[in-house]
Amino acid sequence: MTAPLLSLRGISKSYGQIRANQGIDLDVAPQSIHAILGENGAGKSTLMKLIYGVEQPDVGTVVWDGEPLSVASPAEARRKGIGMVFQHFSLFETLTVVENIQLVVPGRKADLTQRIRTLGRDFGLEVDPLAHVHPLSVGERQRVEIIRCLMTNPKLLILDEPTSVLPPQSVDKLFDTLRRLRDGGVSILFISHKLEEIRAICDRATILRGGRVTGHVDPREYDAHDLARMMIGRDMPEPMPALPQSGGEKRLEIIGLDYQPDDPFAVPLSDISLTVRAGEILGIAGISGNGQSELAALISGEAVLPREQRDRIYMMGKDVGRLDAAARRLLGFAFVPEDRHGRGAVPEMSLVLNSLLTAHPLNLIRHGLVNKTKATAFTNACILQYDVRTPGPEAEAGALSGGNLQKFIVGRETMLSPKLLFVAQPTWGVDIGAASAIRRRLITLRNEGMAILVISEELEELFELCDSIQVLHHGTLSPPLVTQATRPEEIGRYMIGAHTASQTADRKALP
Amino acid sequence: MSAFSAAFLPTLVRRERASLAATLLAPPVALAAATVVNLELYVLMGRDPVAVAYAMLLEPFLSWASFSEVLLKIGPLLLIAQGLAIGFRAKVFNIGAEGQFILGAIFASAIPVWFPQATGQWIWPVMLLLGTLGGALWASLTAFWRVRLNANEILVSLMLSLVAAQFLNYLLLGPWKDPNGFNFPQSVMFQYDAMVPILISGTRVNVSLLLTIALSIAAWIFMQKSFIGYKLQVGGLAPRAASYAGFNEGWAIWLSLLIGGCAAGLAGAAEVAGPLGQLQRSISTGYGYAAIIVAYLGGLHPIGIIVSALCMAVLYIGGDNAMVSANLPIAAVRVFQGSLLLAYLVAVAFVRYRLEWRRAAYRSQP
Amino acid sequence: MNAIEFILAGMLAAATPFLLAALGELVVERAGVLNLGVEGLMAFGAVLAFIIVHHGGGHLLGFVAAGLGSAVLSLIFAVIALGFRANQVATGLAIGILGQGLSALFGKTYESLTVKGLRKLALPWLSEIPVVGGLFIQDVVVWLSLAATFAIWAMFAYTKIGLVVRAIGENPKAAHAIGYSVITVRFAAVAFGGTMAGFAGAYAAVVYTPLWADGMIAGRGWIAIALVVFGTWLTGRIFLGACLFGAVSLMGLAAQATGLDVPSQVLASLPYLVTIIVLGVISADRRLLKLNGIASLGEPFER
Repeated sequence: MTAPLLSLRGISKSYGQIRANQGIDLDVAPQSIHAILGENGAGKSTLMKLIYGVEQPDVGTVVWDGEPLSVASPAEARRKGIGMVFQHFSLFETLTVVENIQLVVPGRKADLTQRIRTLGRDFGLEVDPLAHVHPLSVGERQRVEIIRCLMTNPKLLILDEPTSVLPPQSVDKLFDTLRRLRDGGVSILFISHKLEEIRAICDRATILRGGRVTGHVDPREYDAHDLARMMIGRDMPEPMPALPQSGGEKRLEIIGLDYQPDDPFAVPLSDISLTVRAGEILGIAGISGNGQSELAALISGEAVLPREQRDRIYMMGKDVGRLDAAARRLLGFAFVPEDRHGRGAVPEMSLVLNSLLTAHPLNLIRHGLVNKTKATAFTNACILQYDVRTPGPEAEAGALSGGNLQKFIVGRETMLSPKLLFVAQPTWGVDIGAASAIRRRLITLRNEGMAILVISEELEELFELCDSIQVLHHGTLSPPLVTQATRPEEIGRYMIGAHTASQTADRKALP
Repeated sequence: MSAFSAAFLPTLVRRERASLAATLLAPPVALAAATVVNLELYVLMGRDPVAVAYAMLLEPFLSWASFSEVLLKIGPLLLIAQGLAIGFRAKVFNIGAEGQFILGAIFASAIPVWFPQATGQWIWPVMLLLGTLGGALWASLTAFWRVRLNANEILVSLMLSLVAAQFLNYLLLGPWKDPNGFNFPQSVMFQYDAMVPILISGTRVNVSLLLTIALSIAAWIFMQKSFIGYKLQVGGLAPRAASYAGFNEGWAIWLSLLIGGCAAGLAGAAEVAGPLGQLQRSISTGYGYAAIIVAYLGGLHPIGIIVSALCMAVLYIGGDNAMVSANLPIAAVRVFQGSLLLAYLVAVAFVRYRLEWRRAAYRSQP
Repeated sequence: MNAIEFILAGMLAAATPFLLAALGELVVERAGVLNLGVEGLMAFGAVLAFIIVHHGGGHLLGFVAAGLGSAVLSLIFAVIALGFRANQVATGLAIGILGQGLSALFGKTYESLTVKGLRKLALPWLSEIPVVGGLFIQDVVVWLSLAATFAIWAMFAYTKIGLVVRAIGENPKAAHAIGYSVITVRFAAVAFGGTMAGFAGAYAAVVYTPLWADGMIAGRGWIAIALVVFGTWLTGRIFLGACLFGAVSLMGLAAQATGLDVPSQVLASLPYLVTIIVLGVISADRRLLKLNGIASLGEPFER
């Protein structure tokens, strides 16, 4: 093997008491696509931030191109030839594409504009340099990020979960770009937890678990099953089968909803229609930023419809378009939002007080005062039933890991025994064990007759959970597709807007 | 640039959980630090720091007469601060308590000014009620501007305070001026029944002190035990969680501002119907602003605020003493107040964070 | 001279304290920091300038001292609000109280004393136009303030520094991730804001009304903060807003000159009332505020 381009030895990094990386060794060969594989919380993102100089390791050495290296800042990393594309993009919405690039790359605006166009042509990364970032789709933003990196002529390009924001078709296009880059002399560090992708594109893989390296392998020599075992330390949990069920009563119905949000950066919705029945899980697929948050807020009651809009949203048979979140909850609605900190839970408050947030109607209030005994009992029950790992009910919500806090919130909401449960991104940032527990719970609840609506970016998750799937793209919703009769590629075509409604209405739509 | 800061400055590291010790230590440490800094300043000004310290910090406790004045000063500070703290915890920054205090004083004065001959024990309670109403009305303008017009409540409430001060001037120089007052900007002296009864004979301490303490206990129950108080705190800590749970934001803003306005208005009424006995230009010596400091220094906690109100009252009386005995300008009190709040804000950072002096150990070995 | 000529001639000078302080606060807020201590920073700058000019140090030295002094005070704000991540609202209020206290303390012995103002410079030809000619007879600080307005507009529109400040105000985490030191830029912005507030106070105390009186800033620092909102964080609109407030604060004098029978307290309240009303009108357009607003304003930055 040739001398490695980048070589890490004994890298460790702690945040307070959390040891994010411990004794990491890693070698990246020149002109290779190298995967960093690990589940949420394994320490992948931390490691990348250390390489890119966003953070500094506590101990350890880095050798870059045969020279010892200390990366004090991202600017220095870029000078040395290391570029990074972030998972949650580091773009500025109020600036134009070229202004965003100007922040990183020296040069005059006119020259940069020209170079953006050239690079776009050469690598299949077309984007309008003079456009503002806020109306761009997620895929376009990713292209801007990649162009921004390429303009610094990197020898190593780090991509943090690049495919999580792309529909299946665009993933192929991205891989094509990456191969072209590799053949042009750039090494790529590819961070992912998706095994098939890594097998498809990577030459080498380093597997992380709990902040440590658990293996260096050639991913093409192992099947997904083996890789998964290395990644999570045991076999993948089996998905739970859903019982076939005939649809019950309508619990949520949205009819021809149009919505123009107040926020100029938000996505307007047009002609949204969907129905969720008792004993059924409906999934909403699509890449975030296509109207998911707007639709979620309208369903949850965090946003209400303007006065003139009537008969658009029905819950348990009532028109709820103008009701606030509390009023909708009284009808038997519960909601697990996509962001846990500061929305689903108050990080600075104890779990007991966080139970109160939505579970207060369960007799946790007496004469206007908080009934601490009952609230604590409720919290303890939730911790026990949903296997929330915490020192106790008085622990602050913010001190829990993402997965445990999510289990707590899912627990709190389902303990309200709602008629309609709405879960947005059920397993975002959640480790595999917790994610599988949450999915099993949702299927159990469905089998018991609850109506469940799920919004998710993860197609695999939706295929595992849902009876039918609708795709949200540019603020419009596709007709419902029966999961068992649909392939992921078809969903993917809706995700990029390749389908028109008329083409499909005859075949796939539900009767 | 970041390399520079990482290598030469200590960094704040977030604690796993809030430190109780730091919470309790922050106010006394801040008080000590502010005292040291300010005494240093007095030395620079050529004053004798021992004399100033004696006059400011000890003298208020040395005689019953001056301590009773401290008790008298506690009233408005404590009352306003309790009201403001409720709003601050809901992240509703009403900094216009000064104006609400003035309107409370004006509303309360309406009875003795318009009906100077009226008698009866009903007068002073009605004046206190009217004052409460006046403060609430003034605060409701801010609430309306914030909730309906989306305007920043800090700026609106502050501007309304400046307007209130001008309104007071107008009344005292015009329609409400005491015709026999030698053209001084003040109203007539109030009749006996328009005064809050004295609580401790021989002093000016009156019944409103009891009221204030009772309301502090009520504030404690409200913020620490009641569901409404809980909702306000959720709104302050995580507004999106409040909206997720369906706690109405507009309602919380109205409630916070009305509570603050009522408290400040009541304090204003108690001041004119208590120690002053007439409406004057200088009814408030910055109570509305000092109460902001009292509220923060008390950790926005009803019990803490009782202690910090005592400290601030001592500072007021001590400042007066020092003005006389050590020839210290009264502005020194404002300097002390400002530096005290700054010191507290630094000290309270250690509740959530600890300092780490360790510089980045990351150096590659050759 | 009729009322219109009077207001036109005096408007720019009356607007200058508002304008300088608001331009400073604009840069601070664009970087994502809310410094509510402007009133105190102005008061502190005012007293420093007055003392120096009174003792014969000259206007230039007075302005330099005011700028430096207020910058130092604003750096205390920066250390506490940015370094220790304290609540920016509370820290700003505290700095405001401290600045006003120091101003009163230092100014005690200068109460009611006067200094000489600055000579006005007339632009040739333009100043001879009837009615509007008065606009072109101004002192040097007014001309420099206009230049500063233009410079700040150009900085945000065309320069890399302006771009960096805007980026940090919108998304400090992303700016950090691509390698900008959020804290350093914010410190610099706060110091700039402090300097400008110091100049604004100096202008008020040694040029506009060259007479020392405690509390002479009289809410102008707060109005400057409101002006940044009125101008929806755009330099040009802030300039127009400052002119409006310059005119409003002259209206009292103009009204008295025309013998209008309005209580002086109403005229004194006029700037505050106008602030409240304009604030209501502008803020009611939530979309506009959201579009131009600073996403990270007042939020402490944590890596």
